[in-house]
Amino acid sequence: MRNLWIFISRYNAFFLFFIFFLIGIYLTIKNNAYQRSATLNSTNEVVGTAYERLNVFKRYLNLGVVNDSLAAENAKLKTKLLALTTVDSTKEVQFIDTVTNQQYTYLAAKVVKNSITLRNNVMTINKGTIDGIEIGMAVISPQKGVVGFIRDVSTHLATIQSLLHKDTKISVVIKKDNALGSLVWGDNNFDIRKAFIKEVPNHIKMSIGDTVVTSGFAKFPAGILVGKLTKTNIATNDNFLSAELSLFNDFGTLQYVYVIKDKLAKEQELLENPVKPK
Amino acid sequence: MGFYDLSTPFIYVLFLLLLPFGIPNILLYLLAFGTGLTLDTFYDTMGVHATACVVLAFVRISFISISLNKDAIDDPEPSLGYMGFQWFALYAFLCVITHHFVLFFLETFRLTEIGYTLMRCGLSCIFTLLLILLIEFIFYKRTSR
Repeated sequence: MRNLWIFISRYNAFFLFFIFFLIGIYLTIKNNAYQRSATLNSTNEVVGTAYERLNVFKRYLNLGVVNDSLAAENAKLKTKLLALTTVDSTKEVQFIDTVTNQQYTYLAAKVVKNSITLRNNVMTINKGTIDGIEIGMAVISPQKGVVGFIRDVSTHLATIQSLLHKDTKISVVIKKDNALGSLVWGDNNFDIRKAFIKEVPNHIKMSIGDTVVTSGFAKFPAGILVGKLTKTNIATNDNFLSAELSLFNDFGTLQYVYVIKDKLAKEQELLENPVKPK
Repeated sequence: MGFYDLSTPFIYVLFLLLLPFGIPNILLYLLAFGTGLTLDTFYDTMGVHATACVVLAFVRISFISISLNKDAIDDPEPSLGYMGFQWFALYAFLCVITHHFVLFFLETFRLTEIGYTLMRCGLSCIFTLLLILLIEFIFYKRTSR
């Protein structure tokens, strides 16, 4: 121990250099956007490819579950189709061209990396700018609810800031009476099956078991399922109500997601936050 | 030829070059880091100048301990007046070139533009060195050696 100390103090110039150099590099990478994106990042081609390879095995192991969920989704879609085809076609109806006027389009993507154990979780998918993905697009899971937003895009990959992240807030409503709230995760709760709905106006009567869906105000289309209330009227120190809900979406087994392209997103953004003339 | 945008002198390194011989290493590093951080705050490049200055401090310590006998130093500071042109020019050159090298590479942070970066580094280095020598000659104090 003494020898070690002598060794260190003898070559203190080098050790001090090392310490300060590391601090400097750390600051550089932490505070400069380009430098950060150029270093370790899962949108990075190398890391991304590695995860993609690894994912092939995981996909195989989970085939059963995925099959079931696809079958369930098929059933749901077929039911809807049935409803469409049994409409009385002899009656005259106003024709609306839903193909060209459709606001949202879905794009399926495979999850190549997923994290659920961190405070701020990010996942990576195998679609990038080449498929038309842009930063800020909403992401949902095939049948069971919201996932998050696109956070970073490279040519073939993109990262998603999932709901399990401290900066993610999603505008939701309680389906029964359309009461608006915002969905957050965290706040002394790091269970991936639970989240909170906050800022619900005081006069709303919530009851356990109410379904929560997206509001359609920002990025997500309206009516996407989020979860069921499990605990209502949690006391907060602001003038709003809070409630706990259990999420329909299981982030742990997520394999495929849909990225939602909103045709009107840019227009809405421009209208709501106009560029101020200088 | 437009070399104007390529060469930027960073004359502030002269402050670190002229710190006295007797300064403890830790203080030297702290001063270097602080100087760099101050520059970074104004250039909005957090950490880049600080790292480059720390590297400069390391080169300074190494060069002084290699080229001079530590016990026989009787000059107060490594300036042109005390140390002579040859020693000072080499000292300034080594310090400035490593500083600029680290600085420009951290700023660009990629290897694909290596030619451009090296050119910027070299030209800025020449510019800085010329200014440093000029300043040293203006405040030249001949000592009885």
